[in-house]
Amino acid sequence: MNKMKILLKLIIIFLLFQNFSSAETSQKVDKISKNLRCLICQGQSVYDSQSDFALSMKILIQNKIDEGKNDEQIYDFLKNKYGEWIVYDPEINKNTFLLWVLPLILFVFGGILIFRKVSIK
Amino acid sequence: MSKNIKLISIVLFALFSFFILLKGLDKSNTYSPSIDKSKIDFNFKSKYLFSEKEVFLNELLKNEGMTLINIWASWCLPCKDEHAYLLKLKSLNNLNIIGINYKDNEKNAKKFLSELGNPYTNIITDPNGINSIELGAFGVPETYLIENKSKLIIKKFIGPIDDKSFTQLTKIIQ
Repeated sequence: MNKMKILLKLIIIFLLFQNFSSAETSQKVDKISKNLRCLICQGQSVYDSQSDFALSMKILIQNKIDEGKNDEQIYDFLKNKYGEWIVYDPEINKNTFLLWVLPLILFVFGGILIFRKVSIK
Repeated sequence: MSKNIKLISIVLFALFSFFILLKGLDKSNTYSPSIDKSKIDFNFKSKYLFSEKEVFLNELLKNEGMTLINIWASWCLPCKDEHAYLLKLKSLNNLNIIGINYKDNEKNAKKFLSELGNPYTNIITDPNGINSIELGAFGVPETYLIENKSKLIIKKFIGPIDDKSFTQLTKIIQ
């Protein structure tokens, strides 16, 4: 009887753990797919989209996680296939330079404007 | 004077934004990575259509010449339109054409091929679309021309093959 109890407990723990770990990977899939642009749908992420492309992409991400790949490796894999455009976080390069620097310039410019106004008063 | 400058700069800024947005509208919305970077790892396993055997895609590429990889499905209407071109390519050049059957079921695929003819040397399946992503595809139909030796994608057609892409293809192959 005691043995049965222990076995039962073990089974429950095992099931709980399995549930937990699968929830964890699906959370990871959600996190990664939110950072990916669905290339065939306008203005949607892979996470939001129900298109064939996005559904396959989610399965692929799941598989890569199961293979033990980390986030960075998965992003790199997809960037290699689909180019920089697939991630929502653009790298700094010749084409995206203005995108990154313009807010900084505007910030400094605004700061100067405010500073001048205040010092005039 | 300074009011004028302000007005002019606002108008200029508005015009500048307007033209940038206008240019953005002109640009094609489907994005595809530059072709020279497209070295693809064909080292993925897939099941043959109509058989339980599995094979690595790079085993199906020959050592010399070129291979055409075509992603298709029986439920995809544009695939029907391009099928005649694939048959023509097969008979013209005896080209190695590999089909990837995308999210399809075997019965419908069989019917499709028996009705329209089979241009493919080998067909592998892609039941959940993962293999197509390995190739960098967006959906069906899509066609890749690959140089076997270098394993490089020479030409990529997103969407069905038409007269224009057919002549392009025959030119390159010959």
